[in-house]
Amino acid sequence: MNKTVLYTVLLIVAAIAPFLFPAYGTQLATLWLMIIVALTWDLTGGQMGYNSLGNIFFYGTGMYVAAIVTISLVYNVADYTDAAGGGTFKFTWAQYFAGMALGSLAAGLFCAVCAVIIGFITFGLRGPYFAIGTLGVAIAAGELVSNWDWVGGGQGIALPVYPGDLDQGKIVFYFLFAGLGIGIFLFLKWLYGTRFGLAMNAIRDDEDKAEGMGLHTLRYKLTAWAMAAFFVGIAGAISAFQLIHFEPLETAYQTINLGIFMVVCVLLGGKGTLWGPVVGAIVFHVFKEVTWNYFLGWQWVALGALIVITVVYFQEGLMGWLMRMRPEWFGLTVDESGKVEAAE
Amino acid sequence: MSNIIEVTGVSKNFGGVVANHDISLKVKKGAITGLIGPNGSGKTTLFNSIVGFHPIDEGSITFEGQEISKLQVQQIARLGLLRTFQQTRIYGKMNCVENMLISIPHRRAEFMDMFASHSKADREKALSLLEFVGLYEKRKLLGGDLSFGQQKLLEFAMALMNEPSVLMLDEPTAGINPTLINGLIDRLKKANEQFDITLFVIEHNMRVIMNLADQIYCLAHGELLAEGTPEEIQNDSRVIDAYLGAH
Repeated sequence: MNKTVLYTVLLIVAAIAPFLFPAYGTQLATLWLMIIVALTWDLTGGQMGYNSLGNIFFYGTGMYVAAIVTISLVYNVADYTDAAGGGTFKFTWAQYFAGMALGSLAAGLFCAVCAVIIGFITFGLRGPYFAIGTLGVAIAAGELVSNWDWVGGGQGIALPVYPGDLDQGKIVFYFLFAGLGIGIFLFLKWLYGTRFGLAMNAIRDDEDKAEGMGLHTLRYKLTAWAMAAFFVGIAGAISAFQLIHFEPLETAYQTINLGIFMVVCVLLGGKGTLWGPVVGAIVFHVFKEVTWNYFLGWQWVALGALIVITVVYFQEGLMGWLMRMRPEWFGLTVDESGKVEAAE
Repeated sequence: MSNIIEVTGVSKNFGGVVANHDISLKVKKGAITGLIGPNGSGKTTLFNSIVGFHPIDEGSITFEGQEISKLQVQQIARLGLLRTFQQTRIYGKMNCVENMLISIPHRRAEFMDMFASHSKADREKALSLLEFVGLYEKRKLLGGDLSFGQQKLLEFAMALMNEPSVLMLDEPTAGINPTLINGLIDRLKKANEQFDITLFVIEHNMRVIMNLADQIYCLAHGELLAEGTPEEIQNDSRVIDAYLGAH
């Protein structure tokens, strides 16, 4: 009952937020993006113990796939990128939204396939080796794309501007991100309650044991990463339309920004919990924006300090801390007799 | 009785260390077979070889007539040949019921089975097995918060949940409170008789293994030293020498 009230209130807040704070429309949309990448990172990082530093690869790839699909529906991609944002390439309403819908879907599917292919190789690595291996994939992809003229090389791609009132556009993008975020949350809530959730936790706790019990560990790992990639790819696609112009190293494959932020969000909020990534993303995003606005020049120092403090002193995160302080809220550590020895 | 596991001429070296040399033994279907030997005699290495944890250098291992020495751990486990670990392994951050639920047999798991919800039958089976090993009251505790002995019992219950045809136990009573050992012996015997599971047990506790096993193999220095019934092993001077260190 309490939960229903809580969820309803949160949904209403999410629905009216862009109208209450019209000046922060894009900020709030970015907050949803942080929640999306944090939730999907936690799917493999928190629930399964595979800390990927390469999930940003799917974000960038999603951007490019969506852009290429949208452009190629109407024009020749090479001509379009040759013009580098100049020229007269017009998109109608229908072309714009058809491109966005098809492009997002294609981005998600393409990224999921990429995750299976890359995962087939990198899931042989464990622990920090997996993290470094996936980071390598993301960095290499950024460098390769920035030297690929067909997709605009280092200059990136400029997509058509939202065909309509720009303030209205901000709200549209807010609801696209919010809808995706809520959809992912509900999907994960369901997923963690199925056998899949337990299998991922088992792999996290002791993968050798899970293998020894006959679990199809590689099948679970590939599927989990493919699902994360699917959602991040779609998020990247929406970002591409929201940002209008993006380039490979700083925007699409931004390993040191969003690629790290998503990990910090999850650590801050609590790994391996459903709400942890959401709470962490909100706290992190507010912290980041406040320091960017009021401590300009020191913002990276503040962010670095936050990361160091989280990693060194607060690994359990906010939700982990709450679970330790209030285990009964989560139905844990209930010993019903306290005399198991006597039961012998 | 037919042999469910046949190990023929198996050798395994680690660098210059000969862990197993030309070992042949048979595990009879439905029986309880013991494996004893001093520390470092190669018992756990042999277990690891059988379950596919590492490749063997020479020899052959069959399970229900099928050659398994080239198969991977997961494939062998799905055939119904399961082992527990000397250093107990459970899923520490999951509670006991969750530990049990994910230990269901994965023999015929299809792709969509990954997204199955936990059936009522699985839940009931998990709870009754936790009851069987005496952990029912602890079922909501995290596996990692249990004592070592309780973790051993949980690991045993997880293995039963998997419905193996053969269960290989690596020192099931090590680290268990002596007062609980009799209860554990009873449960092992029950698992063997009621659930029809063939047991293959490494054990250092002579009282336990002599009580439990129908047939015992003794390893020393990586080689098979003796085999026989508990009485024959107890009276074998080579076994006594190996344990007392006379050479």
